[in-house]
Amino acid sequence: MSVRRLAPDDVQPSSFSFDPANKDRVEQWIAKYPEGRQASAVIAALWIGQEQEGWVSKPMIEHVAGLLHMPFIRVLEVATFYTMFNLAPVGEFLVQVCTTTPCMLRGSDEVVAACKKHIHPRPHTVSSDGKLSWMEVECLGACVNAPMLQIGKDFYEDLDGPKTEALIEALRRGEVPQPGPQNGRHTSEPLGGATTLLDRRAIIRVSGAGHDGGQATEENAKVMVEGSPTHGAAGPTSPGTTR
Amino acid sequence: MASRKLIIDGNEIEAEDTITLLQACEQAGAEIPRFCYHERLSVAGNCRMCLVEWVGAPKLQASCALQVRDIFPNKDGTPAKINTNSAPVKKAREGAMEFLLINHPLDCPICDQGGECDLQDQAMAYGRASFHRFNENKRAVENKYMGPLIKTIMTRCIQCTRCVRFATEVAGVSELGATGRGEEMEITTYLQQAFTSELSGNVVDLCPVGALTSRPYAFNARPWELRKTESIDVMDGMGANIRVDTRGRQVMRVLPRNNDEINEEWISDKTRHARDGLSCQRLDKPYVRRNGKLVAASWVEAFAAISSKMKTCAPQRMAAIVGDLAGAEEIKALKDLMTGLGVVNLDCRQDGAKLKSTPRQGYLFNTTIAGVEAADLVLYIGTNLRWEAPVLNARMRKLWLNTNVRFANIGKAYDLTYPVAQLGESADVLQALVDGRHEFADALKEARRPMLIVGAGAYCRPDGAALLKLAARLAMDTGMIGPAGIHEGGWNGFNVLHTAASRVAGLDLGFVPGDAGRDLDGILSGAQSGEIELVYLLGADELDTTKLGNAFVIYQGTHGDAGAHRADVILPGAAYTEKSGLYANFEGRLQMANRAGFPPGDAKEDWAILRALSDVLGQPLPYDDIDGVRRALSAQCALYGSLGMPELPGADPGIWNAIGDTGQVDGGLSLASPIRDFYLTNPIARASETMAECSRLFVTGDLKLAAE
Repeated sequence: MSVRRLAPDDVQPSSFSFDPANKDRVEQWIAKYPEGRQASAVIAALWIGQEQEGWVSKPMIEHVAGLLHMPFIRVLEVATFYTMFNLAPVGEFLVQVCTTTPCMLRGSDEVVAACKKHIHPRPHTVSSDGKLSWMEVECLGACVNAPMLQIGKDFYEDLDGPKTEALIEALRRGEVPQPGPQNGRHTSEPLGGATTLLDRRAIIRVSGAGHDGGQATEENAKVMVEGSPTHGAAGPTSPGTTR
Repeated sequence: MASRKLIIDGNEIEAEDTITLLQACEQAGAEIPRFCYHERLSVAGNCRMCLVEWVGAPKLQASCALQVRDIFPNKDGTPAKINTNSAPVKKAREGAMEFLLINHPLDCPICDQGGECDLQDQAMAYGRASFHRFNENKRAVENKYMGPLIKTIMTRCIQCTRCVRFATEVAGVSELGATGRGEEMEITTYLQQAFTSELSGNVVDLCPVGALTSRPYAFNARPWELRKTESIDVMDGMGANIRVDTRGRQVMRVLPRNNDEINEEWISDKTRHARDGLSCQRLDKPYVRRNGKLVAASWVEAFAAISSKMKTCAPQRMAAIVGDLAGAEEIKALKDLMTGLGVVNLDCRQDGAKLKSTPRQGYLFNTTIAGVEAADLVLYIGTNLRWEAPVLNARMRKLWLNTNVRFANIGKAYDLTYPVAQLGESADVLQALVDGRHEFADALKEARRPMLIVGAGAYCRPDGAALLKLAARLAMDTGMIGPAGIHEGGWNGFNVLHTAASRVAGLDLGFVPGDAGRDLDGILSGAQSGEIELVYLLGADELDTTKLGNAFVIYQGTHGDAGAHRADVILPGAAYTEKSGLYANFEGRLQMANRAGFPPGDAKEDWAILRALSDVLGQPLPYDDIDGVRRALSAQCALYGSLGMPELPGADPGIWNAIGDTGQVDGGLSLASPIRDFYLTNPIARASETMAECSRLFVTGDLKLAAE
C-alpha cells in the first residue's frame, strides 16, 4: 500500500453527477438512515459512483459531500481510507490480483508477471489501449481456488501464467471468458471430479430427515446436489457488466 | 452527583462518576502521560500512552477513554484497584513510546517545538534508555500547506488528531482531516487549502510534537531564551489571558493562559500573531508639525507646543477622545487633566457608541462569559460574534454542541459555525419582537434562561440609544432581567458586547461628555466648523480623521496610524506589552496587563506622559507613581480597588429603564457589524505583516472567511 492521494488535476474530470438509475440507488441508501445521519451513506454513495465511473474523482467526492451535507475533507478521509476506492482512472477491465499468502504459495507471482507483461509493468496504470489495468489486492476469500483474480464482480480462479495471459488476451478481443475455475474443475471440487459424497440416496436421507415425511424424490435430490448455485456455475456473465 | 471509590496506587479516593479514569488518577496525584487526550476535546484514545492497570482486568486500560462509572468494584465489594506505575504499565508505556518513535524523526535540534515538546519530555520520562531495535528507514511525509500561520513538518506527526478534533469541535470549521490509514495516515486540509479559522493558531499549541508550529515564529527563538510575562490581551473586548514571551525588548510570541472564566485556553489569531505589529511603525520619539511637516522633537519641545496652543484655547473649544487600547490609568489621567482644565468635551466611544456611562449594567456583558453556558436561548442583535469575540463564539459553539440551546439573530447574517435562526436584518424585527408581533416572541417568553447580546452593529448606529432601549424592554418583558426575571434566580440575560479593550474602563471612569459637553459627533462637527480648536487623541485611530477640520490635534499613542498622520504633535506612548495597565473586559472584570518589555526609543508610559504634560500646563496631577494613579482610580471608582469580577448589584427595575433613550428607530436600516476586517481592527494589528497577509488571504482574497 502506498500513500493514497487524489489523481493529478489533468486527469480529473470537470464534473460528476450520478446517472438517473444510480441517483435512485443513492437516494435509497440515504433513506436508510435517520434524519441527520445522512453521512452514513457516504461509502455506498462513493461505491455507486465508482461503479458508474470506475474510479473516485475529485468532482465525485465534492458531489457526494454536497449530497450528504458533509465537509469535503470528511469524504476525502473515507475515500482515502478504503483501498477499494480507486483514486485514479482504471482500464475498462480492472484486474485485481490476489497476492495474499495462499494465492502467493499457489503461484500468484506468475499471475502478476502475466499482468505486468500483458497489461502494464506498473500496477494502477491503464494499458496503452485503455482496455485494462491491474492491481494487487489482499485476500478475496477464494483461497481454495488459489491463485485467483477478480474482474468487476467475477472471480477467475485456479490460474497460472499462461491462463492469465489467455484471459487478458480474450478480454482484449472483447470476448467474455467464463468466470470461475479456469482449470476445468467444478467449483472447488477435486480436479478429477468429486471423490466423496457420491451416494446421493444417503445424502437425501440425511437432508430429508428433518422434513415432514422425509420422502424426497430423485428429482429433488438432483436439484439439491447439482443445482446449488455457485459462482461460475450460474452461466456465463460478462465481466465488468456492472460498469 | 454519584461517585465511586477507587484505590489508585494504594490511595483510596472518591471520584465523581462523570470523569474519566485519567482525571481520577490525576486527582489521586498520579501523573498520566498522554498525547491524544485533551481536556477540552473529545476523547480519541489512539496514542495508548495513558494505559493503566486495573487489577483483575485482562488487559491494561486506556485511562482517557474509561469512565469512572464503568469501573465496577471487586467481587468482594472492595473498591477497584488501579495501578499507574506498576511493571506492566511501565512496559506498556515504553512499548507505546517505542512505536511512536519508530517513525518520528530525530530532528529535535532543528525543531521549533524543541524544549517544549510533549514527546521529548515523555520520551525522557517513559522511554527506554539507550535501547533501540529498529534499523529500518523512517517514513517520510510531505509537508502540507495550512495557511500563513501554521507551518507543517508532517514527518513529525504522531497522528494524535488533536488538531482535527479542535478544528471540527472548537473552531467549527471541518477543514482538517486524516487521510489514508495505518502508516500512511496523514493530517491535511482538503487539497491543502489554508485553514480558514480565526482560531487556527491554537492547533499549534495543541500539537504535542513539532508537526504544526507557528509559521511567523519559525526558527526565531528557543523557549528557554524567552522571558515569560503573564498579561492580558487587548485585541478585543474579551480580555483573554495571555503570556507574552520576550527576548530582550522584542515580543517573540503571545500564547494563551488558561482561564476557564474567560478564554478557557484559546486565543484568536489576532491576539497571537499581531505581535509583529509591536515592532513596526512605532512612534519612538515626539514629533511636532512645523510648516506642514512632522519633525522629530524633544519631549520639552512637544510639551511646549501643546502648552502654547492650550493657553490660547478656551476649555469649551478643546476636546479629548480615548482610543480602543488605552488602559484605565491613562484614561483616568487624561480625564483628570482635562477636567482640571475645564474641558467637558470628552468621549471614550470613538466608534460612536450610544452607550451611557450609567447604569453600569447597561453597558456590560452581564451574563458573564462563563455564565453563557447556562443559557437556553441566545438572541444576537447586530453583532458578528465570530469576529468581535472569536473565543466567546467558540464557547457559544460548545454550548450548541452540548446543550439544546437555540440561537437567533437580528441583523446581518454571519456564519458563526453553528446554526442561528435568522429573524431579520433590520430593527423592525426587534420592534416586532418587543411588541410580541413576531412569531419568535413566544420562544423568547418560554425560554428559562434567555439572553441577548447587543453588538456594535446596533448601539453604534445613530439610533443606537433607541435600539438599546428596545433591547432592554425586550429583556425585561421576556424575563431576562428586571422584575420579570423570575425564571431563574439571579439570571441576567442583558448583554452588551464591546469590541474595544478600553471601552468599559472609559465608561466606568465617566470619560463621556460632561454638562453641555460634546460627544464624538459633536466634537467632529465642531472641529469642522471651527468651534473645536484642539483635540487630544489618546490612541484614537478608528475615527474619521478627515473630519478633524483645522483643529490642533495631539496624538498620544504607539503607532504611526491614522491619528498620528493627522496629528500636529505626537507623543509616543507604550503598547499594552510595555506597561502595567488595568483593563476591564466587557463583563466588567478588572484584569492587569503586565510589562513584558520597555517601550522603544523615547516613548513613555501613557499615564506618565499625561502627568508630565500636566506639570507643564501648570495643573499637576496629584499622583507621581503608578500606585498613586491606581489609588486615585479606586477612589473615584471603588470597583478598581481590586482585580477580578466585582459582585453585580441585584436587578433593580429602575436600572433597566434607564438603559438607552426613547427615540425614532430607523426600521429599515440593516444591523451590520462595523468590523469590516477581523485582522485589521487596531493600530497594532494594522502594523503587523502577519495580519496583513491573513487579511489579504481570508478577507479580501479568494479564501474569504465564511464569516463575511
